[in-house]
Amino acid sequence: MRAFLTHLGIAAPLTEAGTLRRNVDTDAIIPSREMRLVSKTSLAQGLFANWRYLSPNSREPNPDFALNQADFSGTSILIAGENFGCGSSREQAVWALAEFGVRAVIAPSFGAIFARNCVANGLLTVVLEAETVQRIANWVLLNPQENQPLVDLEQEQVTAFGERLDFQTPPAERLRLLKGLDHIELTLSEDRRIEEFERNYFEVSDWVDLR
Amino acid sequence: MGRTLFEKLWDRHLVDTDDGGESLLYVDRVCMHERTGSIAMQSLMERGLSVRRPAHAFCVMDHTVDTQPGRGDRTRIPGGENFILSARSSAQALGLTVFDVGDEDQGISHLVSAEQGFAVPGVSLVCPDSHTCTLGALGALAIGVGASQVEHALATSCVRLAKPSVMRVTFEGQLAPWVTAKDMVLHLIAQEGAAAAKGAAVEYAGSTVGRLPIEARMTLCNMAVEFSAFTGLIAPDQKTFEYVEGRPHAPDPLPLGQWRALGTDADVEFGREIRIDTATIRPRVTWGTSPEQGVSIRGQVPEPNNADAKRALDYMGLKPGLHMQDLSVDAAFIGSCTNSRLQDLRSAAKILRNRRVAPRVAAVCVPGSTGVKRAAEAEGIDQVFLNAGFEWRESGCSMCFYAGGETFGPGKRVITSTNRNFEGRQGPGVRSHLASPEVVAASAVRGKISSPDMLI
Repeated sequence: MRAFLTHLGIAAPLTEAGTLRRNVDTDAIIPSREMRLVSKTSLAQGLFANWRYLSPNSREPNPDFALNQADFSGTSILIAGENFGCGSSREQAVWALAEFGVRAVIAPSFGAIFARNCVANGLLTVVLEAETVQRIANWVLLNPQENQPLVDLEQEQVTAFGERLDFQTPPAERLRLLKGLDHIELTLSEDRRIEEFERNYFEVSDWVDLR
Repeated sequence: MGRTLFEKLWDRHLVDTDDGGESLLYVDRVCMHERTGSIAMQSLMERGLSVRRPAHAFCVMDHTVDTQPGRGDRTRIPGGENFILSARSSAQALGLTVFDVGDEDQGISHLVSAEQGFAVPGVSLVCPDSHTCTLGALGALAIGVGASQVEHALATSCVRLAKPSVMRVTFEGQLAPWVTAKDMVLHLIAQEGAAAAKGAAVEYAGSTVGRLPIEARMTLCNMAVEFSAFTGLIAPDQKTFEYVEGRPHAPDPLPLGQWRALGTDADVEFGREIRIDTATIRPRVTWGTSPEQGVSIRGQVPEPNNADAKRALDYMGLKPGLHMQDLSVDAAFIGSCTNSRLQDLRSAAKILRNRRVAPRVAAVCVPGSTGVKRAAEAEGIDQVFLNAGFEWRESGCSMCFYAGGETFGPGKRVITSTNRNFEGRQGPGVRSHLASPEVVAASAVRGKISSPDMLI
């Protein structure tokens, strides 16, 4: 898994009439019809397809959507309102974001499954107060190519509008992201512990074991 | 100090807690469907790993499957069959049980998990699907995860999670006529907001919940994710034990001693509590593109109070002040893991009996499982739906979302018994109004959004 240490990049606020959009769901991040292959790749084209293209049957860019505008060319950070990534558990949403080049999303809160999917794929979800997130967005919008937020996971700080803004990440997730650790390998190394648990557990609750 | 139902379930499965606040939890059951499970299984095999406990994992075909009678592996959504074929061959190679297209036990994964007795009180179950929380209604620790986490669960019989906070929502009071569990949860989400649970595990409690049949409790827990909950939970009781007993993979005899001890202890204080007087709830419908944007059917489209609400009204083609009951519908859909169980279909059939769907309303019923379909047909419910002008389909997720490849079409106004009214959820441009199956049936007949008591 790709490690996340620090990232400086162009940020795109997802706004509606200047206000950050709340409840951006994973159907919006990637509509179901864009998931055609049993694959974690070839998904970036479908990212935000309903908003990014003028019609479902074309790839003609919608000029009103931020990611199609020259100001936001090279976007690697998204900024959104609360509950970003709510809805469906589809990890394709995270794979599509990663493939598009997004490294971090800044929002006041996230859908729980989406946030965990991000960690599994080396993407950082930065949680900050709604007001702070909106201030970052306003600052970015003044000059998106120049006003790039710096996201530092080691220091747990976002630098924007000349200020350092502290955020918190659960320590275990932070460590995995910083080191790019694979969760499955990590757990497989604890197999003895799992076996020990299982022995005791099945002794008390043998009904759980379907063999 | 006592413990909550959630904490008892958590502690029961706790293998290890590391200093970083992350826990390793033991997973008793792994449920998958072809849409996301296929990728998890493929990825597992690409790593050269196997399933640690194949008898504890199973795969159901539900998301992309066609629901037209006489179906096979061909899907209406381009590429859909890739997921079916891949999931089938991977599951077979890994030695997992498959509930396949055409099997008598096929259905929506969350229904199959309950019907087959995989989900029972006290177990932990993960599934790469956000509506896994449905099964918390049985007193299971049911966790929706992504494909990576389910791959982890297959390989290790565990899942890594930070322990969420716990909150309780207590429903007390009588239910007015035609008010259902769907209305209870839509009321909760509208009152508190779709982001309000903030990732907490939500226990539903109170005498009203106790009186709900198991299937209705599943509806309540199903939409916990629409409330941004980690999961939904209801303490198991006698009704739960009766529901579970005798199912193919349920324990025999039932471990009632363990199960009776699962409920939240009396002296527990929750960090957050919400109390709802259910007598004030009326049959509901959503007007916007988030489940929080809803009113009672006799209500009006509200003035938008933020940019999102304004955008939602534009998408939905609505103006503030419109009476919901005056809105004509183009289509009616009964189905999904929220509301397509036998009781839902019985209840809708009562409304449809000796009535006809209004002209120009496309009406579709998709039973939640092949077992539900069979049971409904044994009672003649299929004939009631067909005589009323509904289509009667094979089981699957179908038009709850677009993965079935079918849609009512751009701009169409759909009254739907499903869980999400997101932009484009039921196909590009579709305007979805969430409601109970009873309201869907009544609206189909009247041709306008309707509570059943509005029918002559």
